[in-house]
Amino acid sequence: MKQFQYIRPSTQQSVLEAINKPGTKIIAGGTNLVDLMKRGVTAPDKLVDINHLPLKSIASTKTGLHIGALALNSVVSENSLVIEKQPLLSMALKAGASPQLRNMATVGGNMMQRTRCTYFYDITMPCNKREPGSGCGAMEGYNRMHAIFGASQQCIAVHPSDMCVGLAALDAVVVIAGRRGERRIPFTEFHRLPEDHPEMDNHLAKDELIIAVEIPDNNFAKNSYYLKVRDRQSYAFALVSVAAALDISNGVIKQARLAMGGVAHKPWRLLDAEKALIGKTVSEESFKQAALIAMQGAKAYEYNSFKLKLAPATITEALKHASGLV
Amino acid sequence: MISLEILDLEISMFMESKTLNKRPVEDGLSRVDGRLKVTGAAKYSAEYNIKGVTYGVLVGSTVTKGTIKALDTKRAERAPGVLAVITYLNCPNIPGYHTDNQPAKGPLKIFIDDKIYFNGQPIALVIADTFERALFASSLVKAEYNKEQHQTDLKSNLSNAVTPGKAKDYTRGQEDAYKSAPIKIEQEYVLPTEVHNPMELHAIIARWDADDKITVWDKTQGVKSTQRSIAQAFKVPIENVQVTAPFVGGAFGAALRTWPHEIAAVAAAKVVKRPVKLVLSRADMFTSVGYRPQTWQKIGLGATADGKLMGITHEASGQTSVYEDFTEGAVNISQLMYASPNVNTRYKLVSLNVNTPTPMRGPGEATGAWALESAMDELSYELNIDPIELRLRNHADNDPLSGKPYSSKFLKEAYQLGADKIGWSERNQKPGSVTKDGWLVGYGMGTGMFGAYRSNATVTARMMADGTLILQTAVTDIGPGTGTAMVSIASERMGIPANKIRFDMGDSSLPPSPTQGGSQITSTVGSAVYDACNELKDKFKQVNGGTDSTDYVQVLKQHNLSQLEVTTLSKGGSEMGNYAAYSWSVHFIQVHVNPATGVVRVNKAVSVADAGHIVSPKTAASQIKGGSIMGIGMALMEEAVIDHRYGRLVNNNFADYHVPIQADIPQVEALFVNKPDPHLNPMGAKGMGEIATIGVAAAVANAVYNATGKRIRELPITPDKLI
Ligand SMILES: Cc1cc2nc3c(=O)[nH]c(=O)nc-3n(C[C@H](O)[C@H](O)[C@H](O)COP(=O)(O)OP(=O)(O)OC[C@H]3O[C@@H](n4cnc5c(N)ncnc54)[C@H](O)[C@@H]3O)c2cc1C
Ligand code: SF4
Repeated sequence: MKQFQYIRPSTQQSVLEAINKPGTKIIAGGTNLVDLMKRGVTAPDKLVDINHLPLKSIASTKTGLHIGALALNSVVSENSLVIEKQPLLSMALKAGASPQLRNMATVGGNMMQRTRCTYFYDITMPCNKREPGSGCGAMEGYNRMHAIFGASQQCIAVHPSDMCVGLAALDAVVVIAGRRGERRIPFTEFHRLPEDHPEMDNHLAKDELIIAVEIPDNNFAKNSYYLKVRDRQSYAFALVSVAAALDISNGVIKQARLAMGGVAHKPWRLLDAEKALIGKTVSEESFKQAALIAMQGAKAYEYNSFKLKLAPATITEALKHASGLV
Repeated sequence: MISLEILDLEISMFMESKTLNKRPVEDGLSRVDGRLKVTGAAKYSAEYNIKGVTYGVLVGSTVTKGTIKALDTKRAERAPGVLAVITYLNCPNIPGYHTDNQPAKGPLKIFIDDKIYFNGQPIALVIADTFERALFASSLVKAEYNKEQHQTDLKSNLSNAVTPGKAKDYTRGQEDAYKSAPIKIEQEYVLPTEVHNPMELHAIIARWDADDKITVWDKTQGVKSTQRSIAQAFKVPIENVQVTAPFVGGAFGAALRTWPHEIAAVAAAKVVKRPVKLVLSRADMFTSVGYRPQTWQKIGLGATADGKLMGITHEASGQTSVYEDFTEGAVNISQLMYASPNVNTRYKLVSLNVNTPTPMRGPGEATGAWALESAMDELSYELNIDPIELRLRNHADNDPLSGKPYSSKFLKEAYQLGADKIGWSERNQKPGSVTKDGWLVGYGMGTGMFGAYRSNATVTARMMADGTLILQTAVTDIGPGTGTAMVSIASERMGIPANKIRFDMGDSSLPPSPTQGGSQITSTVGSAVYDACNELKDKFKQVNGGTDSTDYVQVLKQHNLSQLEVTTLSKGGSEMGNYAAYSWSVHFIQVHVNPATGVVRVNKAVSVADAGHIVSPKTAASQIKGGSIMGIGMALMEEAVIDHRYGRLVNNNFADYHVPIQADIPQVEALFVNKPDPHLNPMGAKGMGEIATIGVAAAVANAVYNATGKRIRELPITPDKLI
């Protein structure tokens, strides 16, 4: 690990000024960043610790729920407002990492965590995301954990977060601060596909800071479910995960939200499948049809073709759980 | 779950029952070092604060085969705090590396030349005044290589398998007799590479006390063997090497031998003229201290229509390194387990550009049992006979290999105990026929066996004036609870409470004991404790004018003695030659499998051991539970993956290399037949470290088949293989 400087400003303004300089990096919980530094994947000259900023609050607003960027994953997952209003988010968070990690990890850090692609982590391997132009080690390598949607010739990595899959399904909005003020973008437009620039995971500018996410109120609390399929029952990244939220009235689906994890470079929202569910009665058959629609355009690689079967099965199962069929 | 009872140093009902056989298994001593371990007071190798210590970090090769063309260590050497960068170009002479009559193949000699045999092979050791500085400097070491074409893939190299010098093809009766049997199966089974990955990283602190005197604090399963290896490598008198390892945080075989990095640390300490501490990283653990080798196996079983085995053929090809042949008994279990008139086995090695494997808990047998016990299950379905019934019909009453009677064998009772406990009668022979809450339910079982041994050990037993009994021997405790077992034996022999007994171990200056491995320590060192206690009692009797007394304090006082001491060498008797001695285990598993997602949950696990008399019931139960968990991991998760294009591991960390976590494991029930072996040793105890794992993986795979009708013949059984 390279030697680096460390500062801990107590105002947002000084954080924004500090991160405007090249070679700086924000550190929140450090659960991802420190690993990347130890492996030599990233080597900042200066760490800007943001933990003294007042960004931990979780509060109800007129239109929804406001969650500060420094709220801990464990705290959010156990917060009574979250459990009451947005249980899907709580479930998604609890499916992630381990209790120890969730006790350190923050909402902002979770959104910004890098892919777990093993070639990205090993600096002796080619990886376009780590070193643009060096090639993609995973494309013809061990790509069991990799994308089946939205990949490019440059990169087939997936975004590893569970929380983000929940937030994408719930139409969350990201609140971002920059030196010229605040901006808000839909959660689904925060992360990006790799295209020709896999080194960029999202649309946050270098000199910007995530300060909160906001989730609009909805009618999904009764019929939400997060289903994560993984190689062991905790402390493993998703092979495939599905966030499902339904608004059901008299056995008929009025609204639906679906997003998948472990399948793309960003949380993969399933808009067409959602549309197909509206007006349908709650039944395994309608769920299977939606799952089929969701899979259009999927493309697998040598070691991850099982996802072509696992993904629709997981969508169907998640919908069955959300609707109370099981 | 850490229960409070681990903290409880009191000896409970243990003392009350005087006869060994009547003691119920749940009783017994809690781990004598439990409090030290859970409070962090137990000191492991890396934790010693040695004056003037420096820190080493290894740099590994990034190519898989070839030679080092150029090494640039200048930047690293100039980095802050760096004391030395040791490579093949400047490594001081390690005299033991240059003796006459060196065999063509042998252990890797570190920093001896420019040759690269596997990816991750150490090419440099950076020594600095702090760990962080050493780590930073290690990133500055740059190497260029002449790359050569490597081979790391076992499957595509099976045609290059050769029979190693040490292994002999085995035939009893007719070869390949299964082929002409009325009912037969023939299948291939693949076990991936598994890495021991004990919690504690390998660590050594090495210090030169004089030109010919070395002290090491080292993670090792055998302080005496480490002492010997270091003395040989550096050509110093063996008594001038002091090895200390009172606590070992798990090893499973990975610390059975002295590895190149340990030699390097000692060499480095000479270079910097200060003590050197070298702690391997988790990634280093995958390439520096061995692993259970990937092994391809093929089994043919033939039987009569009523399920009598007519022939077993078992072939195995395991991987080894190019510089060293590592062989293990993968096919032996098929020669031993069942009464079949015809058996033939063949064992081969495939040399690849990988580091050398090493025994891992249940070495060979765990690999072989995965195949044999899966195949037996397949045969049971072919015959439509209950899997336990099939095994009973082929039960060996005498050792099929030697024809000798067993020293003891209560396997049939073990089947019964386990079947009752798991509820085997609920099992339906038809796969996929039982469901619960939308999950498929299946039952499976597998048998394990491993040789029961006793070798030589010496123990000093010293009674102090205050009534404290001190036992001393060099043995290590890698986790099974050796200290607890020894204290239990001594407490029973001497008739004094356990909290009056201290067991000193893990120190090469103590009387010799074997390396902890091969499930022989309770038998061997336990016998020595047993014998030493008897001798000490005799000595007390003598001193006391021929009268027995357990009031040792009084006797010492009366005769004005500050202590009384014996040192006893204990050896197995020659009568053992008349018997074949094995420990046995049966593992039962109930799984729930999600038909949609392929997720497997082990819902119940029952393991029964026929390990003779159970000397230390609590630690024995822990041993069985741990072994079962290891077997579940073997079945469902563990797999070290190499990207063969680069010859490099792609999951050499604990996020990507999966072992079971708490949520994966149900309450594991450990049961014991608990009947003494009348021949092996005075306690009637047999070993159980290995049998705890042997047979578990097959039990899980068999349960998955029973649940789903899908037979997985290549581990691990991950969800993708079941959808
Ligand atoms: C072994 C392991 C297993 C895991 N398993 C899972 C899993 O199953 N599911 C899952 O979802 N996650 C998993 N994680 C990832 C974990 O959720 C993330 O590491 C964590 O959420 C990161 O949060 P942090 O606060 O520690 O971020 P840091 O490590 O502190 O930061 C991560 C990145 O975010 C940036 N950053 C942090 N805060 C802000 C901000 N407010 N504005 C702008 N940039 C910011 C940092 O500069 C850095 O680049 C796992 C991690 C590990 C180590
Ligand atoms: S998939 Fe993306 S992250 Fe992985 S090696 Fe390819 S470019 Fe790098």
